[in-house]
Amino acid sequence: MSEVLLDLQRINKIYNETSRHPVRAVKDLNLNVAQGEIVALLGSSGCGKTSTLRMIAGFEAVSSGQILIKGRPVHALAPARRNVAMAFEGYSLYPPLTVEENIAFALKSERLAKDEIRKKVAEIAHLLEIEDILERYPGSISGGQQQRASLARALIRDADLHLLDEPMGQLEPQLRALLRGRIKHFIKERGLTAILVTHDQTEANALADRIAVMEGGVLQQFDSPLHLKDRPANLFTGTFIGEPPMNVFPAQAEADGDNLKLNLADGVCLTYPASAFSDDLKARLLSSDTFVIGVRPHAVKITPGGHPAKVYANQWLGDQTHVAARFAGQTIVSVRHDRAHHAPGETIGIDLAASDLHIFAADSGRAFSHGGALA
Amino acid sequence: MDHRSPLERVLRALALTAIVVFFMFPIFWIVLMSLQTNETILRSPPSMSFVPTLKNYAAIISGELDSNAGSMSIHFMNNLLNSVLLSVFSVALALLLGVPAAYAFARHKFRGSEDIAFTLLSFRFAPPLLVLLPLTLYFQALGLANTYLGLVWVYQLICLPLILWIVRGYFEDISPDIEHAYRIAGHGWFATFRKIALPLAGPGIAAAGLLAFIFAWNNFIFALVLASADKQPVTVGALAFVTASGIQYGQIAAAIVMSIAPTLLLALWAQRYLVEGLSLGAVKG
Repeated sequence: MSEVLLDLQRINKIYNETSRHPVRAVKDLNLNVAQGEIVALLGSSGCGKTSTLRMIAGFEAVSSGQILIKGRPVHALAPARRNVAMAFEGYSLYPPLTVEENIAFALKSERLAKDEIRKKVAEIAHLLEIEDILERYPGSISGGQQQRASLARALIRDADLHLLDEPMGQLEPQLRALLRGRIKHFIKERGLTAILVTHDQTEANALADRIAVMEGGVLQQFDSPLHLKDRPANLFTGTFIGEPPMNVFPAQAEADGDNLKLNLADGVCLTYPASAFSDDLKARLLSSDTFVIGVRPHAVKITPGGHPAKVYANQWLGDQTHVAARFAGQTIVSVRHDRAHHAPGETIGIDLAASDLHIFAADSGRAFSHGGALA
Repeated sequence: MDHRSPLERVLRALALTAIVVFFMFPIFWIVLMSLQTNETILRSPPSMSFVPTLKNYAAIISGELDSNAGSMSIHFMNNLLNSVLLSVFSVALALLLGVPAAYAFARHKFRGSEDIAFTLLSFRFAPPLLVLLPLTLYFQALGLANTYLGLVWVYQLICLPLILWIVRGYFEDISPDIEHAYRIAGHGWFATFRKIALPLAGPGIAAAGLLAFIFAWNNFIFALVLASADKQPVTVGALAFVTASGIQYGQIAAAIVMSIAPTLLLALWAQRYLVEGLSLGAVKG
């Protein structure tokens, strides 16, 4: 990994610290971002991702901890002295200026030559498809256009770090897909470093080199998109990442000769050859009272000889089928890429391969194993 | 788009005309009175036909009032100047103090900030007479009684809360992120306040300033008690027209016309800011 650009060390953010109801928005966050890397902060509303971004920008004070940019502690500096650029979720364009003036605003204070500024603005406007509204005022353009103008204003700057708060939330899906690719290319080509806050997994997956999944102010996992999907560190990440979400079932293990049995609710018993699990995993499972097994919907196979499950919904989404059925006292969803014709009420067979199982501790939610080997 | 039917439009125009006539009639009547002598004003039945005269204005400007009982001198022009001085300086001081305070209250929530803001507003709750007596005693002890400084200071009771509370609302309506965007582009907080917050709240500040000016201009009781003749504004000075030999209606009317003219002109000039100021919500987003 190349040089660390941003280093967050044990960051805490407590709102209303002195009041009777303090709110701990960010808890002991450690995070580092390498030069040239795109990192996404992903989580649901109120998970602390925007607070984190605003602390990096300097709009919120850190309650404790350190923020270093290029090794320089910046958490006590004013936003102006941190050399970061930011695109705001609420766009925050300056109303009396045209879109072009808004975009060029920061460059003017950097005292760039006029021609240079014009060239840069034209380039970024072309990239974000806002060339036709450069002369317009923010009040007279749509939310999506304002958002792109705001994004342009941030990306045009030559800052150490670019912070993008929900940069594409207002865009139409087609445009979003197009711009994702362009923006990523733009950032990578220039070697910029960016942190992106989003609640959209697709956006995070498409743009980011690494994704920091946050929940309840705590960093749950900080990993590549691939690892987040294949090796979720805990039950939260496992169920949060992936669409539709992972199927989870409480289970107990039982040794049965050469086999290992996983007993689920409603008398469902999954039997696997003991060799499918590593020895230490088997020991861990047999010594645990209960644990949670998770299977991604894409890995749930519908086969005639499988465990019986009763279909209650079947949705064709145009390119895939989501079959929902009652299984082991819960809902199980299977994704198939063909048009499956399972009518509600029909009984289907479910097959879960040992190599597709994710196993989590029942109490802490920490991952035991992914696909038969210890995590 | 106007989707109203012609009938609706006619009714609307009639209603608007009625309102304008209702509100403008007293002013119109006073203007007529100011152009007549006391005799034509008081004749019965009243009539709209008269020979206009500028005698009342001449008398007020020269300060020499002639009535049936003889002549007396008044200082109406001096009163007018006092009104201008007191109102302008009071509003200027209130803007200087109130706008930054309003910004601070809007942007920074600190322990007790609401209490301080409310305390300032509560100055408007108390009847002025309640504070006047102690104020008079203090002002005499401090040597502030019958000084412009003292009056401008007391006028802050009128202007400051008004400006503080109105302008605060305008600052709160501006998304803080607009300022953040400016700050992160390499500017300090003061530059942000001056270059972003002030211009954006400009119409609101103008509206609040104008209102404060009108309130200050119309104030009567503070100046009545705290100022002697040479420092009194028109509101107090107008009392001089009630003389032992009767009330000089024509001259009072001329004085009224002259004393409402400055605020009226100011309001007409600032009208567009007022309208803009009252619809500032459009800046959001």
